[in-house]
Amino acid sequence: MKIHIDAPLHVRGESEYVDDLPPPAGMLHAQVFGSPVAHGRVKALDVEAARRAEGVVAVLTAKEIPGKNILGPIVLDEWLLAEDLVEYVGQPMAVVVAETWELARKALRLVRTEIDPLPPVVNPREAFAKGEVIHEGRTFALGDVDAAWSMCDLVLEGDVDLAGQEHLYLETNRARAMPREDRTMQVFAGTQSPYATQKSIARILGVAEHKVEVDVLRLGGGFGGKEDQGTHWACMAALAAQHTRRPVELVLSRMDDIRMTGKRHPYLSDFKIGLQKDGTILAFEARHYQNAGAYADLSPPVLERTLFHSTNSYYIPNARIFAVPCKTNLAPNTAFRGFGGPQGMVVIEAAISKAAEALGLSREAVQRKNLLKDGDEFPYGQKAFECQARSTWDRLVEQEDLVGWRNEIDAFNSRHPMHKRGLAIMPVCFGISFTKTFLNQASALVLIYADGSVSVANGGVEMGQGNNSKLCNIVAETLGIHDERVRCESTNTRRIANMAPSAASATTDLNGQASILACEKILVGLKALAAKQLGASPDEVAIVDETVTVRGEKSDWDWPKLTAEAWLNRVPLMAHGFFATPEIYFDRETEKGHPFAYHTYGAAAIEVELDALRGSYAIRKIRVVHDVGRPINPVVDLGQVEGGLAQGLGWISLEELKFNEQGFFTSNSLSTYKVPDVYFMPDDMRVTFLDAVENRRGPLGSKAVGEPPLMYGIGLFFAVRDAMRAFRPDLAFNFAMPLTPERVLTQLYPEALAEVQPSLQAPTPVGASTP
Amino acid sequence: MNDCKPIHFLLNDREIEVREPAGLLVLDFLRRRQHLTGTKEGCKEGDCGACGVLVGAFDDAGRLWYQPVTSCLMPLGELHGKHLVTIEGLNLPAALSPLQEAIVREGGTQCGYCTPGIVVSMTHCLMEKRSAVTLDDMKLALSGHLCRCTGYGSLKRAGAAMADLWSADERAAEDGRLESQLGLLARKGVLPDYFPRIPERLRALQERLERDRTESGAPPTFRIAGGTDLYVQRGEEIPDGPVDVLNHHPEWCGVSRHNGTLHIGALTTFEALSHDTAFREVVPRIGEFMHLIASLQIRNRATLSGNVVNASPIGDMTMLLLALEADITLEHGGKERRLPLRHFYKGYKSLAKEPNEVLTRFSIPVPGETMLVNFEKISKRECLDIASVNSAIKLTLRDGVITGASLAAGGVAPIPKYLPESSALLVGRKPDESLVRELLPRIQQEISPISDVRGSADYKRLLLRQLVIAHFVTLFPETIRPESFNSGMQGASPR
Ligand SMILES: Cc1cc2nc3c(=O)[nH]c(=O)nc-3n(C[C@H](O)[C@H](O)[C@H](O)COP(=O)(O)OP(=O)(O)OC[C@H]3O[C@@H](n4cnc5c(N)ncnc54)[C@H](O)[C@@H]3O)c2cc1C
Ligand code: FES
Ligand code: FES
Repeated sequence: MKIHIDAPLHVRGESEYVDDLPPPAGMLHAQVFGSPVAHGRVKALDVEAARRAEGVVAVLTAKEIPGKNILGPIVLDEWLLAEDLVEYVGQPMAVVVAETWELARKALRLVRTEIDPLPPVVNPREAFAKGEVIHEGRTFALGDVDAAWSMCDLVLEGDVDLAGQEHLYLETNRARAMPREDRTMQVFAGTQSPYATQKSIARILGVAEHKVEVDVLRLGGGFGGKEDQGTHWACMAALAAQHTRRPVELVLSRMDDIRMTGKRHPYLSDFKIGLQKDGTILAFEARHYQNAGAYADLSPPVLERTLFHSTNSYYIPNARIFAVPCKTNLAPNTAFRGFGGPQGMVVIEAAISKAAEALGLSREAVQRKNLLKDGDEFPYGQKAFECQARSTWDRLVEQEDLVGWRNEIDAFNSRHPMHKRGLAIMPVCFGISFTKTFLNQASALVLIYADGSVSVANGGVEMGQGNNSKLCNIVAETLGIHDERVRCESTNTRRIANMAPSAASATTDLNGQASILACEKILVGLKALAAKQLGASPDEVAIVDETVTVRGEKSDWDWPKLTAEAWLNRVPLMAHGFFATPEIYFDRETEKGHPFAYHTYGAAAIEVELDALRGSYAIRKIRVVHDVGRPINPVVDLGQVEGGLAQGLGWISLEELKFNEQGFFTSNSLSTYKVPDVYFMPDDMRVTFLDAVENRRGPLGSKAVGEPPLMYGIGLFFAVRDAMRAFRPDLAFNFAMPLTPERVLTQLYPEALAEVQPSLQAPTPVGASTP
Repeated sequence: MNDCKPIHFLLNDREIEVREPAGLLVLDFLRRRQHLTGTKEGCKEGDCGACGVLVGAFDDAGRLWYQPVTSCLMPLGELHGKHLVTIEGLNLPAALSPLQEAIVREGGTQCGYCTPGIVVSMTHCLMEKRSAVTLDDMKLALSGHLCRCTGYGSLKRAGAAMADLWSADERAAEDGRLESQLGLLARKGVLPDYFPRIPERLRALQERLERDRTESGAPPTFRIAGGTDLYVQRGEEIPDGPVDVLNHHPEWCGVSRHNGTLHIGALTTFEALSHDTAFREVVPRIGEFMHLIASLQIRNRATLSGNVVNASPIGDMTMLLLALEADITLEHGGKERRLPLRHFYKGYKSLAKEPNEVLTRFSIPVPGETMLVNFEKISKRECLDIASVNSAIKLTLRDGVITGASLAAGGVAPIPKYLPESSALLVGRKPDESLVRELLPRIQQEISPISDVRGSADYKRLLLRQLVIAHFVTLFPETIRPESFNSGMQGASPR
């Protein structure tokens, strides 16, 4: 039975996170002072009172940075600690270091600033109009959109308002830094990017990269939120450790974490769609205004993925997609599972809904008609191959008897005036690879000890997604041994150099392939040895179920015997594997190429029930058909699908990331920012994996699974919309997400809403009665 | 810290005595003082459950029972004489419990950060429900926990599998008492071996304890009841000062009925209230309402007086107590006074209460007539969320005519709002659709909502309209149909 290899530790509370490690003697605690305003010139930053406070060892500002006070994963445009300008609420300005966490918190309240306020901008359209962009807009185009409109029977326009999303990894950002000999620094960090963290710390401290060791055992969730933004806290801990020459731990409180870190990008988008009467989409145009926040962070590649996925699983012969990252006074928005893809997909789904409603067709009919097939070209030039858009859709529709399902819903709706059910299908097509081609490389070290136990070190970070489990499974399968013999080590920059972030769903693909290559190197020696000793040729030797076989017959050599012999015979038992994804490229000049190793496909059907009296709704049933190729670890894969789905559902419905015009998050804690809980998720939920279809571009035939399922959640919006339309077929509803009970109720009752608005109310004399 | 009174309790299988501030959070004590790091911090505001632990004690009848609570909102001082169980205290030395195994098998943990708290709550569910455990019980156990990774499906499957843990004989042998089942639970590996001896050890400990927990010396800076509001609002300040742990006054707990009045101790928790038979006779649907209020862990801690004194305009129990026309009794220095709850609120978070007065009791009139009570609440998330708008109503009826009415609404004014005029309008009338039509505009005149993170002012007005309709539709389903209030809708005819 395959399991998540960390699970036995997790259930006992024995797995270690950064601040669970036994504290070294003399460890200090750091806390961060953040800007109290969203935009302004810093006139003064007064930390003297804080420096004198009880237990305070140091208060560090930009002045105390020995190296360069500069950061950024793509563009170096951020300060670690702000200098003369602040551009979002919570932007780090100073680090207070004290003997205890409590004393650091207290001293934080003594830091004073004097800031000349500048007007904040929080709306991306407004930023765009003012020319405040991270970089110029980009356009992907296919066919001739302008010429196509005239061939359409129906052309429609609309707009979409999409909120961001807080990652809400359960473990907030944290790091522990230990100053070591020779000005080296050892840092235990919660980051998805150990190398970027190492690089940034080296830059901040002004030392060479090899002086900095970053070790990541596991994260209590990342979801993209610690791809770039785990870095800062590790840099601050290292800075404080360097300065005080004592170990320093920095753990963000939940409210600081929400306030100080970026989120999924909110988008405002416009669309125009043209179709034939039968629902065939001839042309589609979208303009995306991305709310990037104050600095570039990962906004450019996130934006790029919006461009890549703006036509989702559909073939649209004439398409033009424009997207621009707009600079606003919010914490820099960043990677979040899906990485811009979901925002692109929502818009095409909205356009299809609106078009289907206008054509009097069902949404599903229009969707099905336009699904991709092999050979269809995406707006970025790649052609679909081994395309599973139609097979996953058809499997879902047949398996779940969609027609019968619809009929049941209609029957229910005709019997219930105030309760309406709705249904929607959400297909997903998601490209796998880093769209920055150079990141598609990975290294793994496989170490076999003479007793037969195996360690694998790789560049992937375990954050719950099961990277380490799958690495162990892959190594075990490649070597022909049992999973239990293999351990996955912490991700450490001293073992693996220059690793890519754990992101883009590609971690297991890349590191898995690298570890297969390492295993194969070792196997060459092992098989040659066994062949020689057992009197066979190496290609007649195999390792099956921990036993050496010769021409298919078991020998009396088991795995420990083989490894012990190898040691005695000076056969190498460790190797480095390096993998770089072949075939992929992308040309930024033409915006064409073949950026993805392959695509992952699937479809989900979601049914909801709306309480039209109260404006609330509940999910009743979800069915998913998903393509994971040949699954390596079905428990892990199912967990990724169910968990990703839950996050997508939350984003589209519950998770209201609210900020005001002054740039303050008002849903800044778990009491105001709500994510799915056990009652939100339906009991009736089933995931089917498409019958194992070998994916020759993934390790052992598998497909990446981390991000794609999130986008099934988008279907929830359209299911609720379907139910709302059953209650008010006379109304047109907007495309604003998340679809909170407020948005539902106010759209269902425009007349009553007008009645209760105080300005419209005539005071009724007491005792009088209204008809 | 030596001026602190010793706190003496069982921590897992160890008896310990500590001198720490009574207001220190149990979570900080565990992680920072004891290096018991299985208990995690996810929010420090009661919303994630990562810090979940069990607290065991004897009830009035001398029965041992455990409650899941969030250690991030609980003062250490309250553990005096109790049994604190963390994940470390549930682990078997060399094996996984059947529940832990099921979670591993079903993939119920990914990043693992939420997991220890979840195992604690699910194990509690097995201690409490034992052979009768169902999926619904397990969902209740999971309800105060956030897991950002799994989507809960795998956890539900693991929980549901626990129903098969018991043989028919074991089911038949159930006597309803936890204490006599501890041996069986330990044999099944649900609990470690030290558990069966806990009742005996805890009794012995209690006999040795000094009873008086009133802190001498400085007057308290904080008076902590359940701590579920106080720690969220002032958490960083509390451990520094002297505190009064109100729960050391068991006399302010519990429900009793005398003639036409129900007396409820101020420190009665939400959960205790919802299971109380005397209260259930008056408000039979309280369990249903509770589903919408906080989480099991919070309800185990949150007190009625905390809800009322915290004076949030959106407090759920406050709304119910207002509709039930509760009086409150305040006490200071042996002097008592009683006033109607609706006169307690003077303005936003401003109370008709002296700082030193303690709320000791609620008194609710229970008339002879038919009494109908309904509670409505809409929040972004159905469970464990604060309302955008909530409302409670009580009607008494004789011969089909309303003889008494009280209606309260939250989130629509600076205070928990009793609606006197709207209530008065209902008296002497027959509950029908025309009465509701008359009521709706009247309600709008009594409220003054503002826009905030829980909704715009307009939405709150509209929502209260809908919830008031919902009250009547729920209480009089035969005569009042919701669709008749959809006036002005074109084409909104039921399809
Ligand atoms: C996660 C979470 C979810 C919640 N969900 C809900 C919800 O759904 N609905 C809801 O209404 N509330 C909710 N709350 C708020 C809170 O739980 C309640 O308001 C609760 O009733 C507070 O009671 P307590 O005993 O914890 O009060 P405490 O926090 O101990 O005290 C609150 C205040 O009341 C004072 N006080 C308490 N008792 C007395 C007394 N007897 N005499 C004088 N002063 C007293 C205290 O000094 C303090 O000022 C939630 C809180 C959390 C953390
Ligand atoms: S830490 Fe989140 S509930 Fe206690
Ligand atoms: S397993 Fe990660 S939060 Fe639950």
